[in-house]
Amino acid sequence: MKTTLKFIITLSAFLATSANLFAGAKSAEQGDKKEFDAVEVIMHHIADAHEFHILDYVDSAGVEHPVSLPLPVILFTDGHLDVFMSSAFDHGHADVVRGNRTYRMDHGHITELGGLHPIDFSITKNVFSMFLSLIIILSIFISVGRTYRKGNVVPKGLASFMEPLVLFVRDDIAVPNIGKKADKFLPYLLTVFFFIWINNLIGLVPFFPGSANLTGNISFTVTLALITFLITNFNGNKDYWKHIFATPGVPVWLAPIMIPVEIMGILAKPIALLIRLFANITAGHIIILSLISLIFIFKSVAIAPVSVGFVLFMNVLELLVAAIQAYIFTLLSALFIGMAVEEHEHH
Amino acid sequence: MDLITPQIGLIFWTTLSFLILMFLLKKLAWAPILGAVKTRESSIKDALEAAENARKEMATLQADNDRVLKEARAERDEMLKEARDIKATIVSDAKNSAKEEADKMIASAKAVIENEKAAAVSELKSSVGALSVQIAEKVLKAELKDSDKQNAYISEMLKDVKLN
Repeated sequence: MKTTLKFIITLSAFLATSANLFAGAKSAEQGDKKEFDAVEVIMHHIADAHEFHILDYVDSAGVEHPVSLPLPVILFTDGHLDVFMSSAFDHGHADVVRGNRTYRMDHGHITELGGLHPIDFSITKNVFSMFLSLIIILSIFISVGRTYRKGNVVPKGLASFMEPLVLFVRDDIAVPNIGKKADKFLPYLLTVFFFIWINNLIGLVPFFPGSANLTGNISFTVTLALITFLITNFNGNKDYWKHIFATPGVPVWLAPIMIPVEIMGILAKPIALLIRLFANITAGHIIILSLISLIFIFKSVAIAPVSVGFVLFMNVLELLVAAIQAYIFTLLSALFIGMAVEEHEHH
Repeated sequence: MDLITPQIGLIFWTTLSFLILMFLLKKLAWAPILGAVKTRESSIKDALEAAENARKEMATLQADNDRVLKEARAERDEMLKEARDIKATIVSDAKNSAKEEADKMIASAKAVIENEKAAAVSELKSSVGALSVQIAEKVLKAELKDSDKQNAYISEMLKDVKLN
């Protein structure tokens, strides 16, 4: 234990010095485009993409070829629906012409050269990753569900592994926070828990088809937080709204202050949810990629054991974070719903 | 800035995916799993309740048994006591009647003996009388062979008579 601690401290000190080197290296790179740019690599990874990049290889002539899975691009422009594979852009080297519309891929963004504003419904890397998670979750739980529908009272195999998790969500998240009405919200809470958890785990897989930063994407967290927000407010009872617009025990003349504060409170809840998940997962991806980038910044294999050691540590931590963030999102959703449907005792 | 700008496409697909997932899981997973768990929990609860009831019933039964046994024991004791009493009565009755009978027999035997004795005594008396008469006759005959003696005796007798 003590030696492990010493090791970690030494490595931390090492990393602290390397951060300065990293900053220095970055400014040096600006002159030379060929230099490794960790920020660009990391940001490229963190962001969404229209193709699923798998690897690059350099042929005998020294030309670099990216190998990636082309994904469908679905654009809705000025009343026209344009669907084509992202390979048509040839990694940003070619424009795509559809009717009178010319599309150009510019650093992951699709623009219309004629000045139109395409709405992008493409199956991006994140959407692809999400569909993968749907397949995984559905295959797990439909098979588990089938075990129970066959009339087996005692869970077996996969069911005996998943049942404690389902019961954990029910008994430790839903029921303590919502109470008697928990059953009504349980399908949502269970779905959101496993949806976030499985997607977090897929994001941790460092190669194709994992590695997409879906749960660390603001659009994803915004959507889930919005669903929690809608469920909370559509199920809010009289007491909940009364508490917002006529807080008991507060003089009426304070209402102009209280009502905006309470409305801010309503909005702050989903915002807290979405930022927490987004920041945690994105930060995890950034840390792991930074550690790996160290090898390329130092251009030394000698640094690899340090990076790999840290990455291993971070990956284990991220496994924990994947579960914890799913748990926290579900717990807070349950808490907010519980606050909205709570039956207050009338004094 | 890209990092924190939501994209309509991903929001759309996330919403769609999530709703489909929730719908399918609700139908195919959560309903059967939670249903089965609930059924199991209620069956466990029922089983526990049944066990508790059985235990209570058992206790009642045991108490009943004890009570019945106690009653039976009391009844047996009662019966034994009664029997003992009856035996004592019978024995004492028998004793009494036997004693009475014996007394009666003794009394009648005594009476017979008394009668016999009286008869024997009276017979002895009469025999003794007859014998003494005979003896007296013979003695008188022998005494009064001569006339002097007869005279003397008569005068003797007469003397006695005078004295009376």
